[in-house]
Amino acid sequence: MSLKIVVLIKQVPDITRVKFDAERGRIDRSSAEAEINPFDLNALEAAVQVKEKLGGTVVAISMGPQNAAVALRDALARGADEAILLEDNKFAGADTLATSYTLAGAIKKLGNFDIIFCGEKTVDGDTGQVGAEVAEFLQVPHLYYVSKVKEVKEDKIVVVSEMEEASYVVECEFPVLVSVTKDVNKPRLPTLREKLKAMKAEIKIWHAENLTDIINLSNVGYAGSPTVVSKVVVPKEKGREGKVFKEINEGIKVVLEELAKKGLI
Amino acid sequence: MPYRKIMILAEQRGGKIHPISFELLGKGREIANKLGAELSAVILGNNIAREDLMELIYYGADKVYSYNHPVFEYPDVIQYKHNIVKLIQEERPEIFLFGATNFGRSLAPRVAASVKTGLTADCIDLQVDENEELIQIRPAFVGNILAHIKTKTRPIMSTIRYNVMKKNERNSTREGMIVEMKTEIAETKTPRLIGKEGEKKINITDAKIVVAGGRGLGSQEGFKLLKELADLLGGVVGASRVAVDEGWIGKEHQVGFSGNTVKPRLYIACGISGAPQHLAGMKDSEIIVAINSDPSAPIHRIADYSIIGDLYQVVPLMIKEIKAIRGE
Repeated sequence: MSLKIVVLIKQVPDITRVKFDAERGRIDRSSAEAEINPFDLNALEAAVQVKEKLGGTVVAISMGPQNAAVALRDALARGADEAILLEDNKFAGADTLATSYTLAGAIKKLGNFDIIFCGEKTVDGDTGQVGAEVAEFLQVPHLYYVSKVKEVKEDKIVVVSEMEEASYVVECEFPVLVSVTKDVNKPRLPTLREKLKAMKAEIKIWHAENLTDIINLSNVGYAGSPTVVSKVVVPKEKGREGKVFKEINEGIKVVLEELAKKGLI
Repeated sequence: MPYRKIMILAEQRGGKIHPISFELLGKGREIANKLGAELSAVILGNNIAREDLMELIYYGADKVYSYNHPVFEYPDVIQYKHNIVKLIQEERPEIFLFGATNFGRSLAPRVAASVKTGLTADCIDLQVDENEELIQIRPAFVGNILAHIKTKTRPIMSTIRYNVMKKNERNSTREGMIVEMKTEIAETKTPRLIGKEGEKKINITDAKIVVAGGRGLGSQEGFKLLKELADLLGGVVGASRVAVDEGWIGKEHQVGFSGNTVKPRLYIACGISGAPQHLAGMKDSEIIVAINSDPSAPIHRIADYSIIGDLYQVVPLMIKEIKAIRGE
């Protein structure tokens, strides 16, 4: 028994530090360090836990520029066995449809798989669409907003899937894509030894030409993206009263007067 | 020129139409009027009452495509997708809107990938420009930027954030057509529902008033105090990620990027410093009151009223004053 597990990884800027240029409506990516999308760390941890329990291999796949290899090295240090970077100018500027199509193509090239884990969304794009679109391109079911992996067997997985009104227990046979929330586990930190080992590990680079037997290049990158960002606006903060009270009795008095005026108390 | 069509998914859960459906009809109606298009609602369920289907017409639909089958009792993405894709191929709508609920966010990408069209996530506004093109507006980078997005393929698909679009006034004299659709079952393996782990009792996204606590509370006990204030105001208790991670309160109370987005009339933040991830989930609240002993906490920058002080002094006093005002 050896499960084949795939994890989707994206490298993103550290969202707590990244700066925005309001005048030009641009993101200054040089203002913050890049890191693995925090939600993907939970996906990776879930994958490694399944491997530790049932045996198998974990392959981390990312699409991005050359320096996204840094995120993949981190994934190797945290327990992935192999890492593949999809890197090509032709892949650049992809929206979620083109990204998912390319990732699905790479997974097809890997051959059969049992489980694909991904995070529920990324902190930069924040669409949460890529997981479900990859599942559709691969024609496999997907489990969404998974907050708990209850059971994994040789041929199926049982999870808790979060909906607004209830938490559902759902079962699905392999192959399946599982999209996890931050509640699913607590990602481990890599040890120094694992970090050093990952520094030397090989990251496979696949270019567009490596995938032409599977994907149609007119469907990748900017050219293959049906959605186009026509404008980016850094929203002005809503004009707030901004009244600050250092004397709490006065503060409470003014606030309650205002709330009473608005019929809120 | 074929008749222009706009569709929305009317989501139902347990046979009850989700309120997002009426918000989608509100926005859909506005766009349909601008483009001279027909607006239809698509609903997949099991024995949905005819009166409920009529509500979709009263709130703006010209036509309701109604699928009736036990398979739709549980929100099964694959069966939903199978039937919606077929409808899109037959009717060729120009625009298809979904609610950005957990289910809508899982279903819409599968539909979009299947018909190979663009999908814009979590829109907070849709506008029609002077060339009759649809502009989809959505936040990204934890709400730090707003992207304006156009789609080159058809249908243009978007998921729309809950509690943002306005629904129309109910008009029970509006007329429309209900089309009974034949359900096709996808002969494929789909995930099976085998149980439920707890119903969620609070729905923080619908609350008009939220009293939220964070790290400054220091303990689970602090939420009792906040609950007292929330109950007094007829609101619900919210929490920052830290408070949830500490195990002081359940995840369904969490406000922020990895929790719930709220837009209440009043948000009282107690002992919350205001990390960007938290602000992303509440900064559109109508009135924000921050209670925090740290004058440099970022929450004060987006607050209408900041009270610099210990929440364990401020909140009890507030409760006392509100009771006094009400003569209790």
